[in-house]
Amino acid sequence: MADENWKPKIIAIICNWCSYAGADLAGGARIQYPPDIRAIRVMCTGRIDPLFILKAFQDGADGVLVSGCHFGDCHYLEGNYKAAKRMFLLKSVLKNIGLDDKRLRMTFVSASEGAKWGSVMTDVVKTINELGPSPLNEFAR
Amino acid sequence: MAEVKNKEARIGVFLCHCGTNIAGTIDIEAVKEYAKTIPNVVVADNYAYMCSTPGQNKIADAIKEQNLTGVVVAACTPRLHEPTFRNATAAGGLNPFRFEMANIRDQNSWVHMHQPEEATAKAKDAVRIAVAKASLLEDLIPKSVPVEKTAMVVGGGVGGMQAALDLANAGIKTYLVEKSPTIGGRMSQLDKTFPTLDCSQCILTPKMVDVYRNENIELLTYTEVEAVEGYIGNFDVTLRKKARGVLTPAEAEARGIVGGGCTGCGDCAEVCPVIKPNPFELGMAPRKAIYIYHPQVSPLIYTVDFDACVKCGLCVESCGEKKAVDLDAKDELITVKVGTAILALGYDIYPIEKKFEWGYKNYDNVITSLEFERLICASGPTGGHLVRPSDGETPKKIAFVLCAGSRDNTDTGKPYCSRFCCMYSLKHAHQIIEKIPGAVPYIFYMDIRSFGKMYEEFYYRIQNEGAKFIRGRVANITEDPVTKNLHVNAEDTLLGRPIDMEVDMVVLAAAIQPSAETEKTRRLFGVSCSQDGWLLEAHPKLNPCGTTTAGVYLAGVCQGPKDIPDTVAQAEGAASAASIPIHRGEVELEPYFAQCLEDKCAGCGLCVNQCPYQALSLVEKDGRTVMQVTEAKCKGCGTCGGFCPGGAIWMQHFATPQIVAQIDAFLLGGEQ
Repeated sequence: MADENWKPKIIAIICNWCSYAGADLAGGARIQYPPDIRAIRVMCTGRIDPLFILKAFQDGADGVLVSGCHFGDCHYLEGNYKAAKRMFLLKSVLKNIGLDDKRLRMTFVSASEGAKWGSVMTDVVKTINELGPSPLNEFAR
Repeated sequence: MAEVKNKEARIGVFLCHCGTNIAGTIDIEAVKEYAKTIPNVVVADNYAYMCSTPGQNKIADAIKEQNLTGVVVAACTPRLHEPTFRNATAAGGLNPFRFEMANIRDQNSWVHMHQPEEATAKAKDAVRIAVAKASLLEDLIPKSVPVEKTAMVVGGGVGGMQAALDLANAGIKTYLVEKSPTIGGRMSQLDKTFPTLDCSQCILTPKMVDVYRNENIELLTYTEVEAVEGYIGNFDVTLRKKARGVLTPAEAEARGIVGGGCTGCGDCAEVCPVIKPNPFELGMAPRKAIYIYHPQVSPLIYTVDFDACVKCGLCVESCGEKKAVDLDAKDELITVKVGTAILALGYDIYPIEKKFEWGYKNYDNVITSLEFERLICASGPTGGHLVRPSDGETPKKIAFVLCAGSRDNTDTGKPYCSRFCCMYSLKHAHQIIEKIPGAVPYIFYMDIRSFGKMYEEFYYRIQNEGAKFIRGRVANITEDPVTKNLHVNAEDTLLGRPIDMEVDMVVLAAAIQPSAETEKTRRLFGVSCSQDGWLLEAHPKLNPCGTTTAGVYLAGVCQGPKDIPDTVAQAEGAASAASIPIHRGEVELEPYFAQCLEDKCAGCGLCVNQCPYQALSLVEKDGRTVMQVTEAKCKGCGTCGGFCPGGAIWMQHFATPQIVAQIDAFLLGGEQ
């Protein structure tokens, strides 16, 4: 895995109301961050089936970010709580299959936190770069 | 609802330059050529501004010419232009939900401005991901729901009152909910308004009366929002009518007390033995345990402060045959159904004692601007005579400290500009010069922001009247313990020298912050807030009165600091916005409903508890138990679909195969 040209493949699944809006706000404010993350929009983090994340890792993702509203701010009342619970459980599954659970991250970025979105992006990319390629990569494809 | 295997998807990809916003960073030609190689893509085109009429026509024409089954526009964010391009898609004869957007501006070219290669690669991925989803999209029909022909305004300040009046005058029955015993809000505490120097109460009181008299407004004072359920067109709002302890004439009549109820005579307060500080006068005047804040309150009904009341019963006695006082009153919960709601929750003064260096609450003669308003007001605690709290003397040298706690990035301050302090401080300076012969106002400022119509002219006027302006934020204030005079220490940044000025009184133009109820109320209505706690509009430019919760609108300072004209203007905007769904009579809900794939459903019922809206239930069908969705209750969050162990929930527009296709497209389809 000593590929010098390796670039992390990170997928972010983010909610429409808070984190997607926060990401848009970061754009409006021209906050610069590393371009290694691709975002998929869902209406609520509650929509995220843990299987999506396992699928992403199976497909060769080096990291997965789930980002939603702050607790108490969910557009759908409590979807983010349920997502957080599921991610917490999923992390223990990841550990058991030999994946560093830092490869899955859940953050809470509100629609007004453009700057925070930028720092989350930077931090996630940094973390995954430090961890290196996913050990599942060789099984992918 | 069958799983769609859209093998013959024919997708058109349309790339927007957004001028140089996108094309200045991303190589559009390269993305276009790449898009043509993506499976299912039959046409790829680009244009300077896809959202323009010619851009939209390109989409509609291509749908017809190429017999497209799906459209991808790579441009800005769906939060801005998804509706635009859905219309264009529909104009081409395709179901508008067969449209998917790739965000290559807000989340790409703008945030990777200096990395054109990486941004271009990311744009290719984004297009590929969007094509994967567009290939699996299906026709969806939005559901229309009827709209209740009533509205609610929460907050009875000048913004809420204006909004309620506009709604009511548009023929809409409106509930105006106010937490305190009277409407009027902050504006009723002000003496004069800038720059015209109108008497605040003189222009406010007629409005209060209009509100009280308007037959389309149901005024609910001393009432708080307890719970909110439902969605646009059909909100069920539970209200807590706090125990007032005093009956209105109508309430008295309902209890069979003929000719009874409160007439506002005040006999009760006269005999009440309990004395409390009056919060309306910021504690500078007394009130009784049974009280009205000030003579112009509306409705003119007394209120019992049950925290202070000793239940001696003197008020009951003095009220006599009117039998208005009921010391056993209890809170009452009522539920009303409304189509739309406006939040006008107002603001509070920042607790400026936190900036201890200025000595507020420590030194007698340091007051806030709102206290100044009461002291200079003819109906205030001193009858309009400005006096020093320490000794009752008339101050001659008065320092005004602007940006007190605002535009302040220390942890104790607020980073934003409160937007009206400059102007009211100029007004205060004028009032001093006008009322106290020989008095001199010293205005310590960082900048003067006189941004409104006739505001700059007002600034010149105050300069000419003799107010002294010193540029520099005040470092600290100390008190002479004997005279109680104050030493204002600052740097005059124009002269470049320190100042130690002895004054009789200091007025702090304290920052403002969202009112205490804002946090609770916004959560009940599902409205987001900015980092400072001000409520978040749907879009600052395009939808400044709306929120991301359909049917809930904002008016006034709860959305961000504003002066009276701006508050009233936004209130009128919010009222207009809130009346549109009501007048249309029905609204279309986005058809992101959950559907049960009954052949996969095991009837386990795990999803039922996941739904925050009780939209799911188990039913018997053809001899087995399956889940059923009540579409009218489903809001489309998909929390059920993210949990179903059998994959039996089809989340329309965010269906599992669609999301998985996006994941696969990114991670597996990227070989170039």
